[in-house]
Amino acid sequence: MSAFTQLRLDGVSRRFGGQAALTELDLTIEAGEFIALLGPSGCGKSTALNCLAGLLPLTEGSIWQDERRIDTLPPERRGFGMVFQSYALFPHLTVRANIAFGLRMRRLPKEETRRRTEEAVRLVRLEDHVDKLPGQLSGGQQQRVAIARAVVFEPSLVLMDEPLSNLDAKLRLEMRTEIRRLHQSLGLTTVYVTHDQEEALSLADRLVVLREGRVQQIGSPRDLHTRPANWHVADFMGYRNLWRGRVQQSDGDRAIVESSGHRLLGEVVGDLQPRADAVVAVRPEDIRVDQPGETRNAMSATVEVVEYQGRELAAEARTDTGLLLHLRTEQRIAPGDQVKLAVDPQRLLVYPADAARETDRLPEAAGTTR
Amino acid sequence: MSGPGRPLAHWQHRLAERGIDSQLWLLVPALVFVVALFLYPFFYGLTLSFQPTNGGPFSDYARFFSDSYERGTIWITLRIALPAALLNVLAAVPIAYRMRGRFRGKRLVTTLLVVPITLGTVLTAQGLLNFLGPTGWFNRILLASNLVDEPVRLTHNYWGVFFSLVITGFPFAFLLVLSYLSGIDPTLERAAATLGADWRRRFTRITLPLLMPGLATTFCLTFVLAFSVFPSAVLVGNPAGETRVISLAAYQAAYEQYDYPYASAIAMIMGFVELVIIAVVLAARSRFYTGSTGGKG
Repeated sequence: MSAFTQLRLDGVSRRFGGQAALTELDLTIEAGEFIALLGPSGCGKSTALNCLAGLLPLTEGSIWQDERRIDTLPPERRGFGMVFQSYALFPHLTVRANIAFGLRMRRLPKEETRRRTEEAVRLVRLEDHVDKLPGQLSGGQQQRVAIARAVVFEPSLVLMDEPLSNLDAKLRLEMRTEIRRLHQSLGLTTVYVTHDQEEALSLADRLVVLREGRVQQIGSPRDLHTRPANWHVADFMGYRNLWRGRVQQSDGDRAIVESSGHRLLGEVVGDLQPRADAVVAVRPEDIRVDQPGETRNAMSATVEVVEYQGRELAAEARTDTGLLLHLRTEQRIAPGDQVKLAVDPQRLLVYPADAARETDRLPEAAGTTR
Repeated sequence: MSGPGRPLAHWQHRLAERGIDSQLWLLVPALVFVVALFLYPFFYGLTLSFQPTNGGPFSDYARFFSDSYERGTIWITLRIALPAALLNVLAAVPIAYRMRGRFRGKRLVTTLLVVPITLGTVLTAQGLLNFLGPTGWFNRILLASNLVDEPVRLTHNYWGVFFSLVITGFPFAFLLVLSYLSGIDPTLERAAATLGADWRRRFTRITLPLLMPGLATTFCLTFVLAFSVFPSAVLVGNPAGETRVISLAAYQAAYEQYDYPYASAIAMIMGFVELVIIAVVLAARSRFYTGSTGGKG
């Protein structure tokens, strides 16, 4: 299957019964890109991947490989490699035969099949295990076989469906680097599905955040990290402090929001109406603790819970007005300590609140936190 | 129970370490069943077969093999049972393959396919005689549409028995194959598809190799059922000629000639032939991958 310069998803939708799993996904993938589809479980990311692979027919929309429409092709004629969450290694075939499977299906000359299989085996460092059956391998090794099998025939696109979710924490970090290394050395266009924002941020060139089957934001890791498009994305991207509040004053770029008796100055993201309900989002690491001279968005609070996390501490603190904050700091603090907290207004994001039902779970006006 | 003294507790604990404890009593009904209904009759028959009415211990075996009419029953039975078992397994595979997923009405289709198992041989034979007999519907349609000039003989011969075995054996084979198939992780075929395998190669390279051990087991079980064919050989076959199966020979020895030792010898030969076939199939089975296939089964 020939390489492409662009893969275009045009209004791709998928319904199961009456239930919409994916709604109008528009996405253009450039050759060589590493795209992560990110979202909580049930957000439609795996549905999108299966539609792309041809394992699931679309309900609406089309997929174009340059000027060729491919969403009507069966999976075996799309020529995309796929790594499954369960690896899906053929249990009756040796590691070598598993990896060579895609080449055999393409009826390549024996010599070439052998050479390219050996190359792929070396790439994932499984030289000592080629004659074993998948059942005799560890999880990490099985994962590497699955990756080698999916890339050995040089597919125009590699699809990965939460490939690291069955591995333990240490192995997951190793394999993450491995996948990034493979992507860099082979230049394979990759679409990677995950629910782990850290994994997505570290691997991808571009992230697509999905929620309830709809795209929330498409952007670089930096965009998503520093400026999530709405508070749901912020929630997912690690903005653990989400507080409800009311806009006091706004000039469109900056706003002052009242939340739990605090007047907070921050950057506006989205379309914010004056005196409207708002959601304030702050990353735990953006809350500064006991910095002398820091007066912007200052709050005094009492430390409640402290977790040791190596260089840093993760802590929960409650302000005098009852607002609960999650923070990370290198300061040595202990439960019961009185601390002065502050947030740089550039790192305090103000979002318009959507349907009231959605924001109900967030801490709100004074006294009724949690 | 009186309070256990120290030595008593000691040996009880030691036995429990080796898996011997009071729960073993639960095995008693099964053991009684196996001994009374299987082991005792088997060894009774085996010893009886070495005590012929005339001659030395092996003379009944010699008698069976020296008489071509008797010896021929082995071949006659194999000629019916092997193709019937094979057809049952082979016919079950594509149907089960189509039915392995979830779909509306699956339960209904499965029920329809399995109903013949409940009919029993006599009812099946009755139906076959009515349907396939010289004046049955099948022949009437053939005659009416001028496809044949005279009724096709499909009962009271080889074909009658063969059809009867297929009708009663197929549901059995189908249920077994379906459960083996649903034990194969469907993701494997999806993976094969993304690797460029069309449905034929997905089936021949992935599903079939993983299914082969199950097919071998299914074949053995349906073969054993078919090899011991008796009622249909009489009812829809030609028990004096081409469907004089080995169980019929044993029956005649036992209940027409009242020669129990000879009948036992025939039964032993019958069992031996079955064992040989099963041994061959299982030896072939061991050449396939028999480990986990990742599915729910």
